[in-house]
Amino acid sequence: MFKKRVAIQDFAAESRLFNHRAVFAVLFVVLLFGIIVFNQYQLQIVSYQDYQTRSEGNRIKVVPLAPNRGLIYDRSGILLAENRPVFSLELIPEQINDMAATLAELATLIEFTAEQQDAFLKQVRAQRRFNSISLKEQLNDQEVAVLAANQHRFPGVTVEARLSRHYPFGDLFTHALGYIGKINSRELQQLELDGELANYAASRDIGKIGLERFYQRELHGTMGYQEVEVNNRGRSIRVLRSVPAVSGKNIQLGLDVGLQLTAQQILKQHRGAIVAIDPRDGAVLAFYSNPSYDPNLFVHGISSANYNELLNSRDRPLINRVTQGVYPPASTIKPHLALLGLETRTISTSTKIWDPGYYTLPNSDHRFRDHIRWGHGWVDIYTAITKSCDTFFYDMGIKLGIDRISEYMHKMGFGEKTGIDIMEESSANMPSRGWKRARHNQPWYPGDTVPLSIGQSYWTTTPLQLAVATTPLLNRGKLVTPHMVTAFNNGETTAANLIPPRQVLEVENEQNFAVVMDTMYQTVSTLGGTAYRAFLGTEYRSAGKTGTAQLAAIAQDAKYDADAIDERLRDNAMYVGYAPHDNPTILVVVALENAGGGGSNAAPLARQLMDYYFAAGVNRDE
Amino acid sequence: MNDNFTGNARHSRLAQFHIDMPLLLGLLALIGFGLMVLYSASGQSIVMMERQMIRLGLALAVMVAFAQIKPQTLKRWSFPLFLVGVALLVAVMLVGSVGKGAQRWLDLGFMMFQPSEIMKLAVPMAVAWFIASHSLPPRILHLLGGVILCAIPTLLIAQQPDLGTSILIATAGIFVLFLSGMSWRIIALIAGLISAFLPILWLFLMRDYQRQRVLTFLNPESDPLGSGYHIIQSKIAIGSGGFDGKGWLHGTQSQLEFLPERHTDFIFAVLSEEFGMLGVLILLALYLFIIVRCMIISSRAQDNYSKLVAGSFTLTFFVYVFVNIGMVSGLLPVVGVPLPLVSFGGTSMVTLMAAFGVIMSVGTHKRMLAAP
Repeated sequence: MFKKRVAIQDFAAESRLFNHRAVFAVLFVVLLFGIIVFNQYQLQIVSYQDYQTRSEGNRIKVVPLAPNRGLIYDRSGILLAENRPVFSLELIPEQINDMAATLAELATLIEFTAEQQDAFLKQVRAQRRFNSISLKEQLNDQEVAVLAANQHRFPGVTVEARLSRHYPFGDLFTHALGYIGKINSRELQQLELDGELANYAASRDIGKIGLERFYQRELHGTMGYQEVEVNNRGRSIRVLRSVPAVSGKNIQLGLDVGLQLTAQQILKQHRGAIVAIDPRDGAVLAFYSNPSYDPNLFVHGISSANYNELLNSRDRPLINRVTQGVYPPASTIKPHLALLGLETRTISTSTKIWDPGYYTLPNSDHRFRDHIRWGHGWVDIYTAITKSCDTFFYDMGIKLGIDRISEYMHKMGFGEKTGIDIMEESSANMPSRGWKRARHNQPWYPGDTVPLSIGQSYWTTTPLQLAVATTPLLNRGKLVTPHMVTAFNNGETTAANLIPPRQVLEVENEQNFAVVMDTMYQTVSTLGGTAYRAFLGTEYRSAGKTGTAQLAAIAQDAKYDADAIDERLRDNAMYVGYAPHDNPTILVVVALENAGGGGSNAAPLARQLMDYYFAAGVNRDE
Repeated sequence: MNDNFTGNARHSRLAQFHIDMPLLLGLLALIGFGLMVLYSASGQSIVMMERQMIRLGLALAVMVAFAQIKPQTLKRWSFPLFLVGVALLVAVMLVGSVGKGAQRWLDLGFMMFQPSEIMKLAVPMAVAWFIASHSLPPRILHLLGGVILCAIPTLLIAQQPDLGTSILIATAGIFVLFLSGMSWRIIALIAGLISAFLPILWLFLMRDYQRQRVLTFLNPESDPLGSGYHIIQSKIAIGSGGFDGKGWLHGTQSQLEFLPERHTDFIFAVLSEEFGMLGVLILLALYLFIIVRCMIISSRAQDNYSKLVAGSFTLTFFVYVFVNIGMVSGLLPVVGVPLPLVSFGGTSMVTLMAAFGVIMSVGTHKRMLAAP
């Protein structure tokens, strides 16, 4: 019976059984498809943003674009700092399968040192993906050609052209312009502190000294970037978006190439500095420190041999003598003291003293000598300046006292930074009682005031400071802030609204300015004036004051003999002068180390500079 | 009337060639969609498109050819074909050529031949032949016979080694047993045995690279640039497709080659990226349509052998689809299974279309008995 029933129901039951299983299987299929759909929903709808972001991160690479550094021009538009294309050998590690083999093969084509290779490999480990890293910079034409011809053998190796700073005048503007160099870790930290780091993503260089450093922010410009689509090997497929970099501002200087060349020419034989400014507004016309050096050496990293040579040179070319050269001003500050004497009525134009060739303090027999052993005889303020009588000023200095001198000279700018637009500047020293107590832990003696009255002993100045301190004499008390830059981007911003105005020296009697200027004019124009010979026959009327700073102490009764002492201890020659006398447009300071007397050594150089200035009409249309 | 007549006429004409219209349309729609995706995935390579189309043409011809063979004929040849397959597998083991670390190929002089492809058809056919020669549901003894028929080729293929194919072939045979009505108790028992077998599989049978794949599957982010790279990039491609996709030819993951194996095993990621969830739903709908149509054909078949073979082929087809999509979207570990009829290449496509030919044959060869 069992068998029979099976036999009867065979086909229908089997069919039903199969159909049950088939339906079950289809339901199972639908269930698993449901799981797939649910998973797709999770991936494509719920986590869409996340995956979208990661997908964009995969394909989009942001390439920073370095801005072109602003150019620097002289006053007549001659290029002083430019950007030139240089070629460097660069490698993209991701695109190189066997780095060691590639380097070995490259070494057969061009030379690179083990240090270059080590520096390169160090950078490879630290770099972000797909960045190119330079192996050798400043390729010459032949190397570029060799690499171009063999390009196909080296995937991931490229010759990149980028702009690099170049100073076409070499050592002529070094101390004014400064130079740029690779950003170091300290500068990197500073950029981060200033919140500027993001703007430097594509920049390799930064201003190290001089104007390049002072105007780093303006010259640098604003970085741009490109969003590039890359494939899985980092090769860019197309540019999606491009925000161009904004070039740095071009800057124009008050410096004049011709004046600068003249300054270099006339300083050739000396260690020293020449600075010329426009006394009306402080624009710097010439700025030269000798010896100088080639700033282009620093742009691509100076070799240690070259650097040590500069650093250890006895002539110290790295020192910017215009702003860092600290010299005793010597007699060049006599007009400044004369103004104080007149203002305080310590002296008048009719005051006369007897100069026997020396000065002694009351109750002392120490003789402070005049530079003329036998004395000038009866001396008034005119003779005291034109012939540079020391005794007159010893006497006046003692009458004025250190406190009045120190306070007033500070007001004129001595012992103060001038605020010029470079950072390498010394404030030099205008001493006071407090200064001596702090520095030497000693009281101020009247014997300290005596040599101070002729710009010696503790009193020091920089050539630029002396020039600035002379401007109130010419400007009825107004001091200028010296500045190299006169305009940004062809006059977009003028220096006038950049430079903070300085204090105005207040005087009781404005007539005193005329008296002081007159004494300086007579120094040049009257026979026997210390600068008379130097300026004999000029077509312009100039005025000035010489100075001779004594570096070696001379015993009480000994005689100064230049040939007998070490060359490095010979007198410094100083000169401060301006022209034209009635309406000064140029003010020159010359400081020569160990050159001898100011009248015979420094003044002629100032004249040559002024001669060029007037002959070439440098400042004519202003 | 007229329409109805011509419709009937067309139907009868197609029936003459033993073609199942709905299934054919479903397959052609899938192939069309697949070619479109492949065009994008191949980086718009005309050469690859030509090769794929030639292969598809050949596969369609094979399908039509198989559709002409009566199920009775197939049934008769099932066991002999199985025996030939086993013989070839043994031959591969002895004289086969080695490629990619496995001995899978037989060099016939003019072409390389993979006997495991034959077994994809021969195993379910042989098992169905064996089971259908007795009444359903099968008895324990018959089940054991079916298991042995599965086990011989499975072990031979597993030692090549080709674990993926051997599991798929075993699955095809087991589907026959399942559809034949083997009792749920035994199914539960087998499931238990398989779970017990997994540690043995892991410890003794799997190679290092296979273990690595499983580990990577469990945590792809553990090795984002190594073995986890494929699956991470694939998931990024899928996820970034969103609802409506980035557009045809505009998938960045695929066009910029962040996606590995984009035109073969990972083509589903390309589809997901460019057509989004919408495209995926369309693809799944096409697959589901084909599967349901095939299951209907199976259940309408008039003898048990035909039902079992057609049903098993259908479910195996589904397994391919699920395993591929599961692996590409991170649900399953990475195993080398192409997306049926969409991925570029392979002899597997010919085998697959042969199976559809068999299903069509089952659907169109009816005994006179069924006429009323």
